[in-house]
Amino acid sequence: MSSAHQQLVRLSRPSSKPKAMVEISVDGEAVSVPEGSTILDACKKLGKDIPTLCWHQTLTPANVCRVCMVELEGARTLVPSCSREVEPGMKVKTRNERVDLTRRLVLEMLGSSVDLSISPGTPEMIAEYDARPERFGPDAANVARPVKDDNALYVRDYSKCILCYRCVQACGDDHQNTFAIAVAGRGFDAHISTEFDTPLPNSACVYCGNCIAVCPTGALIARREWQMRGDNTWDESKQTTTDTICPYCGVGCTLTLHVQDGEIVKATSPFGNDVTLGNLCIKGRFGWQHVQNREAD
Amino acid sequence: MDLKFLDAEPTAEERAAVDARLGPPDSAWDGAAERSARDLHVAIGGKKQRDRRHLLLPALQALQGRVGWISEGGFNYVCKRLTVPPAEAWGVATFYMMLSTMPRPRRVLHVCDDIACRARGASDLCDVLRREHSPALHHGFVPGRDDPPQGTKVEISQAHGAWTTAPCLGMCDVAPAALYVDAGAEPVERSLGGMTADRALRLIGGGAVPRDTLENIERADPGKAAASANQADDAPLMPFVGGLGELRLLKRVGVVDPASLESYRMHGGYKALEKAFALGPEGVIRELNEARLVGRGGAAFPTGRKWDMVRAQPEKTRYIICNADESEPGTFKDRVILTADPFAIVEALTIGAYATGARKGYVYIRGEYPLGATRIQYAIDEARRAGLLGSDVMGRNFSFDIEVRRGAGAYICGEETALFESIEGKRGEPRNKPPFPTEKGLFGKPTIVNNVETLANVLPIVLNGGAAAAKIGTPKSTGTRLFCVSGHVGRPGVYEIPMGATLGELIELAGGVAGSGKLQAALLGGAAGGFVQAADMNLRLTHEDTAAVGATLGSGVVVAFDDTVDMKDIVLRIARFFRDESCGQCVPCRVGTMRQYEALSRMLGREPLGSTDQELGLLHELGTAMRDGSICGLGQTAYSAVESAIKRLGLSPT
Ligand SMILES: Cc1cc2nc3c(=O)[nH]c(=O)nc-3n(C[C@H](O)[C@H](O)[C@H](O)COP(=O)(O)O)c2cc1C
Ligand code: SF4
Ligand code: SF4
Ligand code: FES
Ligand code: FES
Repeated sequence: MSSAHQQLVRLSRPSSKPKAMVEISVDGEAVSVPEGSTILDACKKLGKDIPTLCWHQTLTPANVCRVCMVELEGARTLVPSCSREVEPGMKVKTRNERVDLTRRLVLEMLGSSVDLSISPGTPEMIAEYDARPERFGPDAANVARPVKDDNALYVRDYSKCILCYRCVQACGDDHQNTFAIAVAGRGFDAHISTEFDTPLPNSACVYCGNCIAVCPTGALIARREWQMRGDNTWDESKQTTTDTICPYCGVGCTLTLHVQDGEIVKATSPFGNDVTLGNLCIKGRFGWQHVQNREAD
Repeated sequence: MDLKFLDAEPTAEERAAVDARLGPPDSAWDGAAERSARDLHVAIGGKKQRDRRHLLLPALQALQGRVGWISEGGFNYVCKRLTVPPAEAWGVATFYMMLSTMPRPRRVLHVCDDIACRARGASDLCDVLRREHSPALHHGFVPGRDDPPQGTKVEISQAHGAWTTAPCLGMCDVAPAALYVDAGAEPVERSLGGMTADRALRLIGGGAVPRDTLENIERADPGKAAASANQADDAPLMPFVGGLGELRLLKRVGVVDPASLESYRMHGGYKALEKAFALGPEGVIRELNEARLVGRGGAAFPTGRKWDMVRAQPEKTRYIICNADESEPGTFKDRVILTADPFAIVEALTIGAYATGARKGYVYIRGEYPLGATRIQYAIDEARRAGLLGSDVMGRNFSFDIEVRRGAGAYICGEETALFESIEGKRGEPRNKPPFPTEKGLFGKPTIVNNVETLANVLPIVLNGGAAAAKIGTPKSTGTRLFCVSGHVGRPGVYEIPMGATLGELIELAGGVAGSGKLQAALLGGAAGGFVQAADMNLRLTHEDTAAVGATLGSGVVVAFDDTVDMKDIVLRIARFFRDESCGQCVPCRVGTMRQYEALSRMLGREPLGSTDQELGLLHELGTAMRDGSICGLGQTAYSAVESAIKRLGLSPT
């Protein structure tokens, strides 16, 4: 079991032994958090907004995007707030010229190489840090590649992939333990792949869609959303959500149905739910079409 | 774990290659062709099977060595044998540049086109090869790239041999260099120096393969002027070693028979281990501290402190690793020790194990050092036969053994945490620190990683005392140091000098500036270092003096360039090195090294975006973000040499 999962299980069960508190200073303000917390946790407790891309509440931090970097007194380089654990007396700065430069450059590097057009929250980050991805010129190398549309349930458009490792972790030892996908290649050529780039139906994929749930950029997208975006009919402002219990088996996962114009368009589960941690199986995630198939009377 | 394999079977040859490395399969559960009655009744898997993951790279290497590439069938078989999910194994197979997942000829010549070889004509050599061969085969997905990354381009020759360019092969002393590989039941791997286009073409075409250039070593007489001075194109065909004053680290190099334990003993071998037993573990560490020995692998961390930290760990399973990945362009000192005095490393690792309580050691040697791997393996086997390794070392009731692991073409695997991942059978992606290796290293256990040269220092320190070693050099930089001098010098080679000797003295020792005779610049420290010039000949080679001028000793690299060299070409090659060698894990390095290469290409190609100043500003910001935001030392230093070229050489389009 991965450390993130263990931590979640631990968090979800009240422990009799209270954890020791660690005090650090963030932008001059003192804050105490339980031992084992990250700098990001401490920042959140103070209500500070730290941008994150690869970090996800249900996964072991991959600390690869480096947009969450903060300045730690005494450290040679900036440190990733999402994974660095607090130590007593740490002095952290979350915003200054140095921090902002690295955050801006990271956003420019991603913006110039990846299609971030449907990545929620990213345009706002780019605006806030005044990032200008076009600075690298029209010939800057990018990760554009053909869409992988090889199965009935979801579509993979890796031109939108920022290589955050979330899907790999969700598919692997953080959640599903299926290991159908991994990072392949190296350097700028690194990308998510099955063995020999084999189509998903030949791979170990079990279509739980837990990778889709955690993908921050829309690179992994369920079929119905993909179709509606293609038809220009996807409109989240018109969508409502309803929580219910999945009808298929006795586990009873919490299911959130996303409904637009009277049609179920997507099913998810809340990440904070301690039964699912946001995960579902193929039936819960994709098996709702029958609800909407009505025979004409 | 949901294991699903592709429908592809191994050939008999592939099966034999993998079984030779892993032993035959126990059951159909781990790849046996036939299912036994027992297999139908029990399931064999779980942790015991998964714990064999560390054999993944050796098994893939067995396929590569036998058939020259990794086919679907062979790959499948490896995954079944080790219970590794195929997608994960694919991630590993595509990480290493010496592994090919596309069909390719058995015979491949890897031709170095890195900086020291460029100074000695490698670019022209590669141009001829490009002209003489059919068009490049492009492997894998290469997005918007001017030229594909290292190793993805293999050109098929008329006679079905192939060649490819390679980053520094660690043979800059015999530049231009090439590595010849011919796969088969008994694969042939040779390091070849003094390469010419004619020789390369003959080799690719299947001609006779000469002896390994590195087999013998010549000791340069310090007094004597270099015979080949000022004749840069007359590259010597034998590596040189030399030095100033008493040789401590190279004492036996070129003197001892590297394949004889007896010869090693006759030249003082295993005296230090005896002394270590007399000193006791604390005593050994005390001597290291007194010597003020710091690591020679680049980070200059105090060695005694590192050993002490591991010794103090509550966890009792500990490892000690000799880092012989040596892939920093311009570096070849570790190769010289490993090929010419391998028993010294076996002895030093044994002392380290004794002092820190490690029971298992590894030598991680870069894949491009076949002779070094053979010799260190032989030395380990001999030592074991003589009771100097094994369950009862020298009858002291102390058990220690060493395993050799070969890299497969990845500079990043020299970074200590990437090295752990590589041994564990994963992609060579550095870990985030803390925790540090002394606490959680290989397989999550406390681990010492030391450079080859650092370990070589342990022997004279233990034998003659730390105080004696501390008297050599300067107070802040003690002892002697190995320098790899290459490029335009009369006698490229490894030279041992006391810390504090000057750059000028070192270059004189190496036969003075050759080529045109006029030094334009020298790269000091490696691709992660910086440039110095003729005016810096009085620079004292110590940690403190180099730091004061914004340079570094790094891995002891000095590549000299005469005034005919186009330094723009050299700087661009360095930028390409980082782009190709980035593991790709973190954004600042994965994209930053690409953007740095692009900006330099535009600027030096006189097609800047906006103005030159604008490109310089962009480079500076990229460099700052890479330094501040990258996970490991690769990204953090990827701008160093570029920055130094801009500042010190006035690198500009004109
Ligand atoms: C990108 C990179 C490559 C490295 N390559 C090597 C190497 O080839 N050999 C080596 O000894 N150290 C290398 N190092 C340094 C190691 O991480 C580590 O600090 C060193 O092996 C420790 O040994 P020492 O204390 O004896 O120097 C490298 C570091 C980085 C960041
Ligand atoms: S596909 Fe999505 S989740 Fe997976 S690495 Fe790319 S951006 Fe991250
Ligand atoms: S700095 Fe470069 S080499 Fe190091 S972890 Fe990041 S991407 Fe990999
Ligand atoms: S969010 Fe911390 S590194 Fe990505
Ligand atoms: S071997 Fe060619 S540069 Fe080192």
